[in-house]
Amino acid sequence: MTFITRGFRGRREVDVPADRVPPGQYVTSDFPVLSAGPTPRIPLEQWRFTITDSLRSERSWTWTEFMALPAKTVTVDIHCVTKWSKLDTSWEGVSLDTMLADFTDHANGHGLFQSYGGYTTNLPLEDIIGGKAWIAFKYDGQPLDPEHGGPARLLVPHLYFWKSAKWVNGVTLSDSDRPGFWESYGYHNYGDPWREQRYQGD
Amino acid sequence: MAGAALPGRLNWLIAKVGDIAEETDRVRSIVLDCPGWPGHLPGQHIDIRLTAEDGYQAQRSYSISAPADGEQVVITVELVDDGEVSPFLIEDLRVGDQIEIRGPIGGYFVWEPSRGGPLQLIGGGSGVAPLMAMLRARVRTGSDVPVRYLSSARSFDDLIYRLELESILSEGEEVEVLHTLTRSQPPDWTGLTGRVNREMLARHVWPTSTRPLCYVCGPTGFVETVATTLVTLGHEPGRIKTERFGPTK
Amino acid sequence: MDDERHVDGNALAGVFHDVFGREMTHESGCCSECGAANLLGAARVYRAAGDVLRCPDCGSVLMVIVPDASGMRVSFGSMRWLRLSMSNARE
Repeated sequence: MTFITRGFRGRREVDVPADRVPPGQYVTSDFPVLSAGPTPRIPLEQWRFTITDSLRSERSWTWTEFMALPAKTVTVDIHCVTKWSKLDTSWEGVSLDTMLADFTDHANGHGLFQSYGGYTTNLPLEDIIGGKAWIAFKYDGQPLDPEHGGPARLLVPHLYFWKSAKWVNGVTLSDSDRPGFWESYGYHNYGDPWREQRYQGD
Repeated sequence: MAGAALPGRLNWLIAKVGDIAEETDRVRSIVLDCPGWPGHLPGQHIDIRLTAEDGYQAQRSYSISAPADGEQVVITVELVDDGEVSPFLIEDLRVGDQIEIRGPIGGYFVWEPSRGGPLQLIGGGSGVAPLMAMLRARVRTGSDVPVRYLSSARSFDDLIYRLELESILSEGEEVEVLHTLTRSQPPDWTGLTGRVNREMLARHVWPTSTRPLCYVCGPTGFVETVATTLVTLGHEPGRIKTERFGPTK
Repeated sequence: MDDERHVDGNALAGVFHDVFGREMTHESGCCSECGAANLLGAARVYRAAGDVLRCPDCGSVLMVIVPDASGMRVSFGSMRWLRLSMSNARE
């Protein structure tokens, strides 16, 4: 029998449309910063994003080259496995469809995203193409703060937000699926918030 | 180096708020009466768990700011703007309310008089809470370990435990208390000014030759600066214990 | 690199009780990357989707504690050894 604390409510938003809140989530107006390690500080002139495929072909962009790619502003809901959700967040980024345009051979492949600082996360290629994922460099109209993953982070809003790797610097495409950081420590390999796929075995 | 003992599972206990003391306009000391409390060592903390009616839970850790005294547990809580738990504890909690706590927790950041000294306590903001437990233990037990206590606060009105510290000093104990005010100072201020820095630590911390036991507590940035500087000044890393709260919001 | 987001191993003392059933912050672990042995209370801890303990000397991941619906999973990343004191007497 849980002990209820008189008068405690927490800081959740309660007037939210239920169909926008996945099971077990609470809506917040904050933007919590959760990181597995220290915040890397990457000068823009050193920043690179590199796509490597299984044949070892590489394509790399400097920040200037990346900024020259077509970008769009998207408004999405984001859901963190630690149970907070944030609705109508606005980001500007380059679609992975644009970046993967030259790597068209991998309809059933996998991508392992890597970040400055060593973080990794794995995603099926299917989940990052078709307008589902971006490399985001602005949040709410402002350049992305390092604490929230700046200069650029992956944005994949249809999955739990640990998949939206902060400080992203590349992706390795392959036919085999290798678990990333949280996936190898006990979180779910796929992470669909609507099926509440939080943990390994869910 | 045991806690009260080496316990088995830590259980959640229900504590009742016995008293709430206003330390500053943003800081309260909350006295909890906790049946079944096993006692604790200076520096240990408790976890508190708050549960809303729909089952939503939040859990936080708070240092115990007074030494063991029967079933009484005192915590000192600072209001964090936009926080989730501290606004409840500071603005909503009433004498007679009950909350779930567990503890005592933590064997690393602990000082008892038997460990000797000299003792150097350095606290930033509400980081002085566990240090106050240590200092109060030293005074209450009649220990003769010499103590230097340095606290950093934004302004005079933000100094926590100021009056009690003055009263300890007036009793002629071998305790030195220094406060530094970082943002504003009253016109007649005779204490220190500005952030804790290398010069202040070099001048006011026990000399390295005395091999002090140093306890540093506060926001992470503060603790990083102080602990690193103490090592640079020649203090032994193994005799410096830190407790970092995380970022100041 | 300024990094104010971490806390100490102390902050996990309660979690350690849940996982190990005992006080752990004054126990030591050795990093297999740099060889340094440190008290768990001195580890740099990042609290995110799980709790990540990093070696205070080289930053390698020593331990990761992840809760799930019915338990807690402990991974020992770069921890070569963890030593547990076994005294019943108070010191």
